[in-house]
Amino acid sequence: MPVGKRICALRVNGELREVAVEGTATLLEVLRYELGLTGSKQGCDEGDCGACTVLIDGRPALACLSLAVTLEGREITTIEGLAGPKGLHPVQDAFDEHGAAQCGFCTPGMIMSAKALLDRDPEATADEVRTALAGNLCRCTGYVKIIDAVRAAGARMKREQSERSPREPSSGGDA
Amino acid sequence: MAGVIGGKHRRVDGIAKVTGAAQYTDDLAPSRMLHARIVRSPHAHARIVSIDASEALAMPGVVAVITGSDMPIRYGILPWTQDEQALAEDVARYVGDGVAAVAALDERTAAQAAAKIRVTWEVLPALVTPEDALARPEVKINPLSKDGNVCKRVDLRFGDVDAALAGADVLVEGEYDFASTTHAAIEPHCAIAEWDPRGRLTVWSATQVPHYLHRALARVLELPEDRIRVIQPPVGGGFGGKSEPFDLEFCVAKLAQTTGRPVKILYTREEVFYAHRGRHAMNMKFRTGATKDGKLVGVASKILIDGGAYSSFGLVTTYYSGQLLTAPYRFPTYAFDSTRVFTNKPANGPKRGHGSVQPRFAFECQLDEVAERLALDPIELRRANALGEDATTVNGQKIGSNGFLECLDAVERASGWKERRGKLGRGRGLGVAGSTYISGTAYPIYPNEMPQSGVLVKLDRSGQVVVFSGVSEIGQGVNTMLALVAAEELGCALDAIRVHTGDTELSPVDLGAYSSRVTFMAGLAAIEASRAAAKLIREAVAKKWECTAREVGAAHGTIFHLDDTARRMPFAEGCQLAESANGAPIATGGGYRTRKVGGDYRGGSIGASPAYSFTAHVAEVEVDEETGQVFVKKIWVAHDCGRALSPVDVAGQMEGSAYMGMAEAIFEEHAVDAHGIHRGPNLLDYKLPTTLDTPDIEALIVESNEPGGPYGAKEAGEGPLHPSIPAIANAIFDAVGIRLRRLPFSPPRVLAALREQRTREAKKEQA
Ligand code: FES
Ligand code: FES
Repeated sequence: MPVGKRICALRVNGELREVAVEGTATLLEVLRYELGLTGSKQGCDEGDCGACTVLIDGRPALACLSLAVTLEGREITTIEGLAGPKGLHPVQDAFDEHGAAQCGFCTPGMIMSAKALLDRDPEATADEVRTALAGNLCRCTGYVKIIDAVRAAGARMKREQSERSPREPSSGGDA
Repeated sequence: MAGVIGGKHRRVDGIAKVTGAAQYTDDLAPSRMLHARIVRSPHAHARIVSIDASEALAMPGVVAVITGSDMPIRYGILPWTQDEQALAEDVARYVGDGVAAVAALDERTAAQAAAKIRVTWEVLPALVTPEDALARPEVKINPLSKDGNVCKRVDLRFGDVDAALAGADVLVEGEYDFASTTHAAIEPHCAIAEWDPRGRLTVWSATQVPHYLHRALARVLELPEDRIRVIQPPVGGGFGGKSEPFDLEFCVAKLAQTTGRPVKILYTREEVFYAHRGRHAMNMKFRTGATKDGKLVGVASKILIDGGAYSSFGLVTTYYSGQLLTAPYRFPTYAFDSTRVFTNKPANGPKRGHGSVQPRFAFECQLDEVAERLALDPIELRRANALGEDATTVNGQKIGSNGFLECLDAVERASGWKERRGKLGRGRGLGVAGSTYISGTAYPIYPNEMPQSGVLVKLDRSGQVVVFSGVSEIGQGVNTMLALVAAEELGCALDAIRVHTGDTELSPVDLGAYSSRVTFMAGLAAIEASRAAAKLIREAVAKKWECTAREVGAAHGTIFHLDDTARRMPFAEGCQLAESANGAPIATGGGYRTRKVGGDYRGGSIGASPAYSFTAHVAEVEVDEETGQVFVKKIWVAHDCGRALSPVDVAGQMEGSAYMGMAEAIFEEHAVDAHGIHRGPNLLDYKLPTTLDTPDIEALIVESNEPGGPYGAKEAGEGPLHPSIPAIANAIFDAVGIRLRRLPFSPPRVLAALREQRTREAKKEQA
């Protein structure tokens, strides 16, 4: 039975959400079962698969290993926070175009890890992409099309960045 | 032809998957839903003396407990081996066998309550190896076994293989051990059930076989089939690991019935490992004989199969371990003698390339040895023995289209085989292997005369087309395949199509996503249904244009006159004309009907398929002789899938297959200790390759035209895995001259083989 809950204010995808959580509740439980943000997936619940990857202050983190109560004041971004009214985020679009999502279960976590990398360095090499995605297991694709998609998305983000502001580097490629 | 088939398209469910909008089973939460947990046996073999749930039931938040006696009727995926009970009632047969289930208001409470259910056990002898199980027939592992612990033996001979091998110029003999591996789909099994007061049951499940689940639920819960609806949401990976009913599906159904509330069970990752049904461990003794110019004269095998505690698909597995080896090479004589044995372990079942990946490993390694002994190029040896098109195999299977030689050409060329093999220096090498696989099993699992796959197409006057089919989207892209077929045949825009699959209430039956049957069978059914609807449109338009229906064409949302393209109308208008002419809404059906194929002997229909795919791999490896590590640097995989209906998706299947085979060669082993306890039931200890462990994979699609297939298509989901493992083994030989016969090729095994090689060479020098 739920005992010892406390109100916790979490900033998720730019919105402030107040939830009553137990001290031991993981961010993944809160996202999926309290906030209805089921895009972040649970593949293992023990930090091994990466399907639950979200961004905390722009850096990839495993939601199944993060305690929700410790995240007040942090900026949490989930897969649901990427696409905007203008359409898909370039990483999402590239995954779709390249056939990088088969069963799609690893996809949200993959996309979040990829976004964090490309926000830092849209020109990441194939080896750098491999390293950045090493914590995200995929059982369907053999990673081939995922790596292709991430590199294609990086190229597009780079292009869009330089179109937007030719001189200063921008922080992201949000749609 | 609208030119949709064979083009580059995005998947119909792609956007839902990249945005996180796709709702998998665990993403659903009907209101008032309870969560349940299954209590599992800590013993590999033990009698249940008593179960005391009083403490659990007294906990706040706990709603109900069920045990084996609540569901006494046995089930099993094959009608001949119904040997499983939803919860074991008398005896637990492996560590992880479920014995009780508890439903509570939330998941944590359910887990705490499960730990408070006290089971008193009488521990029985646990036999965890097939050898031990055979040696002690008095310990009865499975309730149905009649002959000690033998589940099934198949002993088939084609021609006088012993005489042929005795007369062979070269005879290669060897013993091979394939370790068990598991599917490890990233989505754990999950099921939800809802029971309504009229006595109707709805079950959502991450299953590959909604139809078989539907039948099994009716049997076990003693409900009429017409009261049950099975919904299969998108499945987060299957690979054969979700292709039979599992305990959670029955438990949620029974608990929903008991409590009157929706109930969910989500397996923990540990439970997924114990549920298993993965690749059978096999001990395989193989003999292969050839003439001095490299023509095969005979192949014989004796195979011991570790079944685990239950039958699963075991009858079929036992046949497949022999029946699927007889192509792509011609051999005049052949024999196999395979025995599947029960052991006190999680049951083995079908994993991508069911039953045939293991013998393919052994046999393709033997072919490499034949080539070595005769100083022939291994690719040349394979070419020289190729069976060709329109051939009949030694065991009576009929091969139609056959692109195997083109597959060999493709990997030879792409890998630079001629220039590079044997010339990379010690430590680096190339290896080749080939294979075949079925495109669907000829016959349904339970004998019947109904179509094995049904598709309905409904036209709306808006121009929207809805395709209904019982197929299961498990990531292979079947929903997209159905949409492509409908767009091709109807000439509507791809975006005008909606696909509804995996719901037994909405869609006609399809038998499920297994045996690489879906594109072939559902594809043909979709063509038939779409053509019937297209005919109604064309006839109605022809009437208006005062021409013949043959003169009416359609593509990409426009209907036009074939000779006078100025005459045209939007697709929606054609639908309206058809509906007017028909006087009723347009809904048409198509089916895949069973064709008679296979050899004329007992078991001759098992392994028989309406079509066969072909594959060749070249693998490049690097062996670190200090650490014993094998690094697979690159895999070239060429696959004859017939016509590639969606090349991106075919390539995706080939890449995923090559990856999964590589994983089995180098990393993975599903092993239990002497007590039946899993050696590492998590995704860290069970080593799934990451991006850093996976080599570059180059998919080379080889198209052939299968006369009976949809637009000439065959399969791509399972065939491309088969040569992965022997190609890597043969590459290791090319690199450092050792023959590895036991999987996986782990550092200790590589180091031991290298030590042996040094001892052998030292002895040779002394002599
Ligand atoms: S669910 Fe978080 S790492 Fe697997
Ligand atoms: S697409 Fe299925 S796990 Fe990655």
